[in-house]
Amino acid sequence: MIVAATNQLLELALALLAAPLLLGWVNKCRAWLQNRSAPSIWLPYRNLHKLFHKDAVLADNASLLFRAAPYVVFGSMVVAAAIIPSVGTALPSAYVADAIALVGLFATARVFMSLAAMDIGTAFGTLGARREMMIGFLAEPALLMVIFTASLIASSTSLVAISTAFVTRELAIYPSLAFAAIAFMLVLLAENARIPVDNPATHLELTMIHEAMLLEYSARHLALMEWAAALKLFNYAAIGIALFVPWGIARGDAGYVELLAGAPILALKLLSFGAGLALIETLSAKLRIFRAPEFLATAFLFAVLGMLVHLLLGS
Amino acid sequence: MLSTALTSQLVNLCAAVLLLLAFAMLAQRRTVALVDLFTAQGVALAISTLVVALNTGHGHMYYSAALTFALKVCALPWILRRLIRRLDVQWEAESRLDITATMIIGLLVVIFAFGLAEPISALATTITRATLGIALAIVLLSFLMMITRRKAISQVIGFLAMENGLFFAASSATYGMPMLIEFGIALDVLVAVFVLGVFFFQIREQFDSLDLHNLESLRDK
Repeated sequence: MIVAATNQLLELALALLAAPLLLGWVNKCRAWLQNRSAPSIWLPYRNLHKLFHKDAVLADNASLLFRAAPYVVFGSMVVAAAIIPSVGTALPSAYVADAIALVGLFATARVFMSLAAMDIGTAFGTLGARREMMIGFLAEPALLMVIFTASLIASSTSLVAISTAFVTRELAIYPSLAFAAIAFMLVLLAENARIPVDNPATHLELTMIHEAMLLEYSARHLALMEWAAALKLFNYAAIGIALFVPWGIARGDAGYVELLAGAPILALKLLSFGAGLALIETLSAKLRIFRAPEFLATAFLFAVLGMLVHLLLGS
Repeated sequence: MLSTALTSQLVNLCAAVLLLLAFAMLAQRRTVALVDLFTAQGVALAISTLVVALNTGHGHMYYSAALTFALKVCALPWILRRLIRRLDVQWEAESRLDITATMIIGLLVVIFAFGLAEPISALATTITRATLGIALAIVLLSFLMMITRRKAISQVIGFLAMENGLFFAASSATYGMPMLIEFGIALDVLVAVFVLGVFFFQIREQFDSLDLHNLESLRDK
């Protein structure tokens, strides 16, 4: 019981603290790969620190929704972080919600973010919100199909049960999981405003999606939104690890030692994930916005193919 | 000798890769990239045949794998690349191609093929029978590719991919056809590519392009 509570607290603290670090690591790798001088890995923290100490400026016609949205978005990302097994699977809160509810949590955050962006009524906010919803409604079914494929193999929709099942069964080649992993990577890129779909490093482009929605925010609201974006990337990485490379996550009956060993293994996985993400972003060019549906249709196709291959081949 | 469990896993993996490549071909606009995908399909096909040969120990499957490699990885792609270079169409791409719609039709085709193959594969006794549905799906997807393309070379590649699917069906459902038939088909495919290559030049001479759209309208002469 105490081990489980420790696991839960450790995981939450790790997600909250490591999320900006992961973002910093990705940015650093990207700068290295692009032959630029790399910014400090602590830059996201300094940014958050700066933003939290500023005075917030609100538009005159901002409604309650606009002020509440950062807390809702940040809150749903924290709840999501609490139910994804990243260090150990003995999570008391994981029984509250399964993977489908997790997708719902992400959707809640997206809806509130888009509504808040439209709330002020500026052209940029509305534009960003519409684009975000276009990406979202295409990415969500693909993500669900990925989860269904893994659930069919593990015969459970709970992330904890899926990752436990994959670790405990004997090693076999699963083509369906490979398809699902590719689809998941494509969804991750689209959902986290990474390069083929959106550029996270710009504020001055007509093609921006995520940044356009945050233009009206300042100070602590902006800090929460940016922290939530970092948490979202961390959460997606943790889902990917739990579904596709769950080895090293401490099992349900594990003690403190395994739990503490889980953290460096997770760190190692996240480091390689960040480097891989930076590599993908460096190698690919930004797509035209009207090519994004094609990109996400490919993700959906991969996910459905994975499911069909599983149903037919049983592997 | 490979164990049966590993064989079925490896063949399933090859089947999944083949299906993926069939979809990639469906979505690829550029002709040169299509040849690369076709080569990759040949490699996957040769590997899967080799795996079945290693498991069953049938001598003719080894020949079949070698023949597949020689024909579909070396000879045909080389001929196709040469043709593309001689016709000077390296940079040509299909302009009017709605990829999203084609992909969704492709998915429906795959579901149809899986449903169609299920009762047939239930009758088969080989360890790789589950891949019959995928083989059928590859045949139908290549057919779909031939329907959606306008360029003559893309259509020929679709035709060759269809033959790949048929070959995979044969090797997965019945451990390959008799040697004589396999040689006959290989020769047929080779000759077909030569004849179609001659056709390419004739079509281009007539219309100044390889777009088969031109063949659809009647002309007075």
